[in-house]
Amino acid sequence: MTLLAVERIKLFTTRSPWWCAVAALAIVIGFAALMAGTAQTDAQVSVGSSQFGYDFGLTVIMVLAALSITTEYRFGTIKTTFLAAPNRTKVLLAKTAVVALLALLVGEVAAFGALGVSALMAPSADLALDSGADWAQVAGVGVVYALAAVIAVAVGGLVRHSAGAISLLLIYAMVAEPLVQIIPRVGDDIYQWLPFNVVEKFLSGDGATRGAASAGPPLSTSTLSQGWALAYFAGLAAVLLATAIMVARRRDA
Amino acid sequence: MATGRRRMAVTIDPTTYETQGRHLMIEAKGLTKYYGDTLAVNDLSFQARAGTVTGFLGPNGAGKSTSMRMILGLDRPTRGTAIVNGKRYHELRHPLRTVGALLDAKWVHPNRSARAHLAWLAKANGIGKSRVDEVLDIVGLTSVAGKRAGGFSLGMSQRLGIAGALLGDPEVLLFDEPVNGLDPEGILWMRKFMHRLADEGRTVFVSSHLLSEMSLTANELVVIGKGELVAQSSTTDFVARATEQAVLVRSPQLPLFRDVLTAEGAELRDENGGVIVSGMDSDAIGELAAKHSVTLHELSPQLGSLEQAFMQLTGDTVEYAAH
Repeated sequence: MTLLAVERIKLFTTRSPWWCAVAALAIVIGFAALMAGTAQTDAQVSVGSSQFGYDFGLTVIMVLAALSITTEYRFGTIKTTFLAAPNRTKVLLAKTAVVALLALLVGEVAAFGALGVSALMAPSADLALDSGADWAQVAGVGVVYALAAVIAVAVGGLVRHSAGAISLLLIYAMVAEPLVQIIPRVGDDIYQWLPFNVVEKFLSGDGATRGAASAGPPLSTSTLSQGWALAYFAGLAAVLLATAIMVARRRDA
Repeated sequence: MATGRRRMAVTIDPTTYETQGRHLMIEAKGLTKYYGDTLAVNDLSFQARAGTVTGFLGPNGAGKSTSMRMILGLDRPTRGTAIVNGKRYHELRHPLRTVGALLDAKWVHPNRSARAHLAWLAKANGIGKSRVDEVLDIVGLTSVAGKRAGGFSLGMSQRLGIAGALLGDPEVLLFDEPVNGLDPEGILWMRKFMHRLADEGRTVFVSSHLLSEMSLTANELVVIGKGELVAQSSTTDFVARATEQAVLVRSPQLPLFRDVLTAEGAELRDENGGVIVSGMDSDAIGELAAKHSVTLHELSPQLGSLEQAFMQLTGDTVEYAAH
């Protein structure tokens, strides 16, 4: 518990987490406003379309999470931290927990904020959360942000350099993963199992939440159920975090 | 004081008691560290006792910082152990209450205020908030406590680092090159400060590459070169030995006189055209020469400086020495 409080103090006494959180909110909610504002009829606005901007918020959250640990290496505060609390496993678990909680919170506020702004701008649209799929699409955003934050903290802890960790995460999630699809023959089979594709399945399922919305990011090609898709993403986050902790325990600080 | 003093905790194994009744607070046993194939510290063993300032002396790159990081559990020794107050660092429950360390004054987030930096450190070791203001006051940073640490001068950063080290009112303090880059006033302050800490019964372990500085600060010296122990002794002994008078002797009957000097217990070292005699002053050598009817061409006392002596001791262990 003490270490959670310590990591909370550390996170909120620097500026970048605040900026990142505000940026994530602004992007996701702003994107929903853009979607609702440019729709020709209210019928094109759906629960699914209100969340189209979630991807952009996700990148900001991963930047926030990666920075929370890489800046510690950059400024040497990780050494100060390990002097004050030599149990590195506990320190890293506490840091991950605090960052993931912030990501969860930001994700929920962003997702419900996006839904709310859509409802304001397209009053006659059907934006009621009346199915499990609708709930997963909106409430699931915070959960995905939290897990992505865990992945980003783990990668940041392994790479230790801000620029390196952030480019690795963003290039992978935004560029490399979609590009796998163009590999002849095996590309689609591999892509089906790549994490950011799989987690899209958890959020948007088979597209039932999108209603009449025409545009929007492609649906996931994963064949997992929504529940298993989430479990798969969570499992990956756990494995990466365990690896990062193991490596941190062995390496010199 | 919120935390209260728990000086001389009784959990220490009796075998670590030093004969004079002083505690052995830091004990390195066979510390060895490889970075890849590079041997940074080699089988290093030494002790630091309570109530003394122990200087950790060696040229740059001798392995002082690496050794300190191993004592503090930041770097993992390839072999050997370091014991602080009877335990290994990571076994200490609230380490900052036992050991305070200032290894690098820059280990602070530049956008965090001095107070926030100390606040999370205090929180991590169950130290009360009032102590944060206390240590800020001790190092004289109260007026800038809310300012971001990134804007601090080197001297101020150094003092913030000291405040962090003092936070848990620890029995053991480690400082890595604390006077580097300080102005003369700062150096004087630091020197007095370390003496005060030792007078309070604490163990102060301080590294430096400057013998002259250490001769003023430390009671005990642990001297290392190229990662290996060169000497551990009291500063007085070390300085006496290091500045021991040597005499240059030249004589046409040198082979004969050599035997005479050696028989009298002097130590000889060849020097261009003569020998450097140590362990005997010039008066004694002159009289010996007269007694044995040896002609002397030169009999000149060599006044070595501390720095020269230090170079001599660690000279062949300095990594960048010209060959």
